[in-house]
Amino acid sequence: MPTYLDFERPLVELEEKIAELTSFSQEKGLDLSEEIAKLRQRAEELKREIFTHLTPWQKVQLARHPDRPTTLDYIRLLCEEFTELHGDRLYGDDPAVVGGIAWFAGRPVMVLGHQKGKDTRENMRRNFGMPHPEGFRKALRLMLQAEKFGRPVITFIDTPGAYCGIGAEERGQSVAIAQNLARMSFLRVPIIVVVIGEGGSGGALALAVGDRILMQEHAIFSVISPEGCASILWKDASRAKEAAEALKLTAQDLLALGLIDEVVPEPLGGAHRNREGAAEYLRGAILRHLEELEGIPPDELCRQRYAKYRRVGPTFYRGEREECDA
Amino acid sequence: MWVKCPQCGEILYHKDIAKNLKVCQKCNYHFRLTAQERLQFTLDEGSFKEFDRDLVANNPLAFPGYEEKLAAAREATGLMEAIVTGEGTIGGYPVVIGVLDSRFIMGSMGAAVGEKLARAAEAALAQRLPLLVFVASGGARMQEGVVSLMQMAKTAAALEALSQARVPYISVLTDPTTGGVAASFGMLGDVILAEPGALIGFTGPRVIEQTIRQKLPEGFQRAEFLLERGMLDMVVHRKQMRSVLVRLLRWYKS
Ligand SMILES: [Zn+2]
Repeated sequence: MPTYLDFERPLVELEEKIAELTSFSQEKGLDLSEEIAKLRQRAEELKREIFTHLTPWQKVQLARHPDRPTTLDYIRLLCEEFTELHGDRLYGDDPAVVGGIAWFAGRPVMVLGHQKGKDTRENMRRNFGMPHPEGFRKALRLMLQAEKFGRPVITFIDTPGAYCGIGAEERGQSVAIAQNLARMSFLRVPIIVVVIGEGGSGGALALAVGDRILMQEHAIFSVISPEGCASILWKDASRAKEAAEALKLTAQDLLALGLIDEVVPEPLGGAHRNREGAAEYLRGAILRHLEELEGIPPDELCRQRYAKYRRVGPTFYRGEREECDA
Repeated sequence: MWVKCPQCGEILYHKDIAKNLKVCQKCNYHFRLTAQERLQFTLDEGSFKEFDRDLVANNPLAFPGYEEKLAAAREATGLMEAIVTGEGTIGGYPVVIGVLDSRFIMGSMGAAVGEKLARAAEAALAQRLPLLVFVASGGARMQEGVVSLMQMAKTAAALEALSQARVPYISVLTDPTTGGVAASFGMLGDVILAEPGALIGFTGPRVIEQTIRQKLPEGFQRAEFLLERGMLDMVVHRKQMRSVLVRLLRWYKS
């Protein structure tokens, strides 16, 4: 059953009307093509109006849209011969993270990412895409294997965050995340990160250290959820809308801040209305960056990646306003 | 001035606690230390040379109320930021040292903390001196958004460079060590020590309780619990900290 967000409502109603009119005209053998064409045009205009003026909070809702394509959807749309690999070899297999070997644009690659469910049942199994330490450790195992066999890594980011629970803490949630950050920063093969939905804090970052950070047009990346931020700052989770604005979590804001490398467009109306179209945009962007990175020798690749992260967050000595180069 | 021990309720005279390295004489509760106190209790007298004292960041997101918060923290602590870095000696062994101060916006990591820590790691690498960091932090600094989040990657990268050069890094987790700081430089030590009773974890206990809707077991996320679960090397009483560090430095020095 499709889900609609408040601000999509007028568009959905119009789309329903078009469908109704179309089937009515077919049933009765009436020619309503002129009316239908007019409505279609109106729907396109409405789509443009709605989707080119989204507020940060609306983007948060879109990024969490239950029909939004997931990591496995994109892997299937973008890759051939995906073979999922399982387990961290230490404790278990976390269904909130998926990964495996595949072919992308004719090359062997390692692909992995957070995996949300399509419905309540799958979400229970996949823990809404919130990994335990085993998930991060599985991802690291696959990345080290990519390094061993000289294959580039593509990661898809889509999680509300690392899971907060007793087992996750007992088994070293912080250790697992920290080790991923450290090892990924010097992995000797290219890493392309694509934020496809929610980039929730440390749990997102643990799969998101790379040579290129791409974000889909309606994806978000944040240090804390807007609800969490609002409840800490104003003791009122219902002010999430304001927090979403203050946190600068949209792809457009993060590009302007120099924190990501590229915003990848989505078809008008969002990825959930046209997943094939969304995948095609991603294919082009990933391939372009991969081709740029492929010829770089491993030492130089690591040097550039280190420099990239070393630059994040301008600092200066009090009194002198110029930025200190790291 | 009298202070009530938050653990046993004993009323203590502040001069007595100070003489006892700020540990409750009755129940061994370890009071939180300021960066100043930590340096004084740890380093050889007069050996400290500070790095980057005036290094600060701007308000990268123009986050509402952040500049006032920073100003208040500076006023209250006399520090420019939540970390003090520099070099000094412990029992004659030279180290590069970083100390977080939880009074400064909960010791949270924004661009300046990340930068100072990365520079300390690079200084340790350049001189091949062991790096020692005392952690006390609630995690990433929300007001700096993804800039703050990326400091986790920045510090982890700087420490990985240190590790690949085989220069030792010792982290000492003190109360509290949580969130993005635990999940970056906190947990990356070649040796990880902790003070007794320190709260250490990724998610804070209150948020976990709200999420899972149950009470957490006694001692959950305390240093002793982490030791039992294999996440730490040692829980060290503040009175033994210096001698343990000297022993480690003697073995690990490059
Ligand atoms: Zn006491």
